[in-house]
Parts: sequence; C-alpha cells; structure tokens
Amino acid sequence: MSPGHPDPAADSGDGETGAATPLLEMRSVNAHYGAVHALVDVDLAIYEGELVCLLGGNASGKSTTLKTLLGMLNPTSGEVVLDGEVVNDQPTSYRVARGVTMVPENRRLFKRLTVRENLDLGAYLRSDSDQIAVDMERIFELFPRVKERLTQKAGTLSGGEQQMVAIGRALMADPRVLLMDEPSMGLAPALVQQNFELIQQIHEAGLTVFMVEQNANMALSIADRGWVLQTGRVVLDDTAENLLAHPDLQASYLGTAEQ
Amino acid sequence: MARAEVRPVRRRARKSRTGVDWFLTIMRVAAITVIGLGLLAFIAQEINTDNPFAQWANPDATGLTGAQFQGLIISGVTQGAMYGLIALGYSMVYGVLGFINFAHGEVFMVGAMTGMITSNKLADAGLWESNFVGSLVFIMVVSILVCSLTAVIMERVAYRPLRGSPRLIPLITSIGVSFFLQNASVVLLGPAAKAYPDVPDWIRTKHTFLDIEGAKILVILVAAVSMICLWYFVERTKSGKAMRAVAEDAEIAALMGIDVNRTIVKVFALGGAMAGLAGILWGILFRSVIHTTGFLPGIKAFSAAVVGGIGHLGGAMAGGLSIGVAESVGPLVILEPLGVSGVSQLRDAVAFAVLIGVLLLRPAGLFGERLQAEDRT
Repeated sequence: MSPGHPDPAADSGDGETGAATPLLEMRSVNAHYGAVHALVDVDLAIYEGELVCLLGGNASGKSTTLKTLLGMLNPTSGEVVLDGEVVNDQPTSYRVARGVTMVPENRRLFKRLTVRENLDLGAYLRSDSDQIAVDMERIFELFPRVKERLTQKAGTLSGGEQQMVAIGRALMADPRVLLMDEPSMGLAPALVQQNFELIQQIHEAGLTVFMVEQNANMALSIADRGWVLQTGRVVLDDTAENLLAHPDLQASYLGTAEQ
Repeated sequence: MARAEVRPVRRRARKSRTGVDWFLTIMRVAAITVIGLGLLAFIAQEINTDNPFAQWANPDATGLTGAQFQGLIISGVTQGAMYGLIALGYSMVYGVLGFINFAHGEVFMVGAMTGMITSNKLADAGLWESNFVGSLVFIMVVSILVCSLTAVIMERVAYRPLRGSPRLIPLITSIGVSFFLQNASVVLLGPAAKAYPDVPDWIRTKHTFLDIEGAKILVILVAAVSMICLWYFVERTKSGKAMRAVAEDAEIAALMGIDVNRTIVKVFALGGAMAGLAGILWGILFRSVIHTTGFLPGIKAFSAAVVGGIGHLGGAMAGGLSIGVAESVGPLVILEPLGVSGVSQLRDAVAFAVLIGVLLLRPAGLFGERLQAEDRT
C-alpha cells in the first residue's frame, strides 16, 4: 500500500467501470415544486450492470428523483444524462424507448385491463413483435402464475401477483435500466422478502437496477452501492457495506443528522 | 336501565337515515308505482277496453294495435340509436378527462349542417338523384371529417389549456363552447331552418320487411356498424388499448411511453366522428336542420351516457336505446292509460324521467361500476 495514491490504484483495479460512461446520470440537478426546493444539487451515476439504491425517509426527494430521471418533472437546473446524451428536453416516451423503465410505487397496474393487456402496454413503444413474444415467454418462465392469470382483470389479482405483473410489464419494455419505486411498499412482510429476491434475480440476469427504498437494511443487503437522500440533498454516497456500517445512516435517515 | 341502553342504539339508527334518504325512498316508490300502475292499466286495455281497470283513469281508453306498438318501438330504436352514437362521445371524453363536454351536442349539429350543405351542393350538381348511395357515403365521410376536426380544435383551443384545473372549469368552458358553435352557425348560415334535398322513395316509404321506412333501417344499420367498428377499435387495437390505459391512469400510461395528448386528441376525433354520423342520419330522417338542432339530442345523449353508466361504451349505446324507446313508447303505454292528456307532447319529459329514475334506483348507471373515491379525485 502506497500512501497518498489510493485512487489511481482503485481505478486501475476497476478500470472498466471507472472509464465507462454511466448509463443514467444526474449532474447537479435542482428541482422545485412551486416554492419548495425538492432536489438540491443532486449528483447520481448509475453504471451498466449495477444494482444501486437510493435511500431516504418520507419527503426526502426520492420520488422526485425518479420523476426527474423519467422526464415527468423538469429540473430547474442541472442535467439528466442517458447513455452520454443530455435528455432534459426529451419527453418520457423518448427515455422509455431508450431503455429507462419504472416499476411505480404501489404497482399501479391498469386494474380494469386484463393482465395480457397490461403486459402488451409495457411493450407499447416496441414494434419487434417476434422479440416481444420471446420476452413474454421469458416473463411466463419467471412468473408462471402470471400466465395462469392472463385473461383476468389485473384488479382481481392478489398483491403478490400484481407485483409480478408490474415487474413483468416493466420488463416488456426491454429496459436497460429498471427504476423501482419503493418495491417493499404495501406488501406483506413475506412478500417483501420474495420481492427483493426477485429483484436480485432480475439483476443477476443482467439488468441494471436502480431502486428507491425506505427499507434501508433490506435494500442494502442486495445492492452494490447506495445514496442517502435527506430533504433533497445527497448526504451519504458509498458502497453498500460501508453504508450499512455507517454510524450516521440511521440518524440521517430519521432526519436528525444536522441537528 | 334497560331503556337507557336501548336509546343510543335507536338514536344512531335514526341518524343513519336522513331526510334525504326518506325523500329518495319515497321518490323510488312513487316512480315504481306510477310505472307499475300505467303498465297494468295498459295491459288491461290491451286485453279488453271495456274492463273497469282499463277505464279507471282514462274512460276513452282504446289501447294500441300490434302494428302501432311495433311502429313506436321502431321509431324509439331509431331515435335511440342516434342518441347512442352521440352519447359515445360524451362517455369517451368523460372516461379520459373526467368532465362532461357539453359542447358535444353542437358537434352533432355541425355534422347535420355539414350534411345539409354538402347534400344540397350534390343535389345542385344532379348527383344526389343519380347516385344517392354514393352521395350518402360522401356526405357521411365529409361530416365525419368536419366533426372530428371541430372536436379536435375544441380540445386544443378550449380544453387543453385548462388541463389540470378543477373539473368544474372545463365543464363551464364547454357550455361556452356550445354557445360559440351555435352562434357561429347562426352567423355563417342564418337563423332559419334549412332543408335537406328530397330523398329517393325507398328511403321514405315503408318496406315489406317489418313494415319499416327505409330511413329507419338505414339509421339502425349505420349505428350498428359504427358501434361494432368503434368497439373493435377500442378493445382490439393498440390505440384503443392506449385510450383505455389513459382513461384509467394517465400518469402510468405516459410511463409506458404512450403520448397522452395524442391519445386524448384521438378520443375527441372519434367522438366527433360518431356525432358527425349521427348528424347525417338525423338529417336524412327529419330532413330539416337549425342551429339549435344539437341542443335537445345533445342533452338526451348526455342522459343516455349517464343512464348506461358514464365511461362505458356499451352502456352509452344501451342508454341511448333505452331513452329512445322510453320516450317513444312511454307516453302512450304508461301516461295515456293513467289519464294524462296531451301525452304526445310529453316525450321529452319521459326521456328525462328515465334519467332521474335510473339515478334514483341505480346511481352508477346500468353498466357503470360504482366509482371509488380513489378513482376520481
């Protein structure tokens, strides 16, 4: 160990990640809801193949971050960069077509539509019908239950089944990075465990996952890296192990770090 | 001791039924009683006009012949089919944007006017007589295009800027748009009633088939075909799926990559097309059109959409048919046996009584699902 040169050493050891452009990036993004400053100079970078998480309590700006990444909310300053391209002025559909897809909080299926129609809508922007059929089969392999329920209205499914359809619907878009908004929200504890295993499984199959969570221990147990957001600011940015061991994690979580 | 325990229970029971509840119950019972008595008296008349129950309220009771009754049903279905076509537009816009577009009746009037202008032009050129079917298809296509365009411009100019404001605001705006279209028609075409050119005999005369006029067969046929096409479009195509997705959750639909604005434009265009078709059918059937033509059919079509369960397409058609048949049959079958005089002038009252009756007995409409608080806030 040569003192004073930890960074170059890390770079040469992990050269690919260090040199590559992030798949999805936020560069000092600020966002406002009217007078409320919801995001303050947020910097995030998600690299291909990672499983990363954004942690934070209520009203810390987690959902705002996702909305800004997807173009449902325009940042007041800063840049959202998708695969090296600044997409600030591009609509949601443009970003979805280029591989950014979200599984929304509380699943938000189209309850009056059938499961099949929900999955079809996931592939709305795609026209490669052969590949769509292949992807649909892959989802049936992953979730055999979904296949059994294809012609049922999505609103009639149980919470766990709806979660499967929600993930399936997102996968139908053939995403490069999957954004997950509070995957543990509104699910029974047993299902939460199952859900995180599912996320890990999807990630191991090669998908980049960015999840936003309140359940820090659960999220960090499967994530590579994470950020902690507090009242719109990134207050911690580290690897999952370091964050788990960080003495301030719980404190910053509860919004007491500054006091 | 025992009485003290009973009291709060009774008080709570009394609280749960308010004056409004009692009023509604009385109204329900009254509505069912009137309909029931009228029907019984009608049946009594049909059996034998001499029996005392048939003459109980109306000593001059004559009953209806089978042919008369059939004629009433057929005209009811014809009217109802047109109400249904217009109602689709109300229902679809409500489904997607959650407000009642009261200017939709005027889009129907624009269709009837477009048909009047085009058909008179064709008649001047001699084409109306020489190739009636071709001309009819032509005026339908022109009317569909004009009405779709009207509806789309209406959305772009009047409603889109108000997206996101409370629902009462676009609703009031739509009443303004309605006045605008009526007055525009007066300015452009004058306030007098205008006639469609003469139609060929086969449209006017009754046919051996079921003893129906050609015009009515035409109306029922065109309405049925366009309803099937619309159903196919909404249920089976990608655009239709996108419409239903936007209707249920616009934010998530956008997340799927659906262009919400474009989808809303399509909804207005489709609703306009249906109203345009209805306008032509109205013109062929009644052969006269004036700037207020859209008002009453528009309000009745809105009632039809509510009766069927607003937001539900099959319901809009069913609601239209129910109101059409009720206003055609109701006066003579229910009111006349009850001794009400001048019943043929009460069609409109009957039509709106159907609306009130359905709202009393089944507030969500015939096919509507009960709206949950979270669905519409």
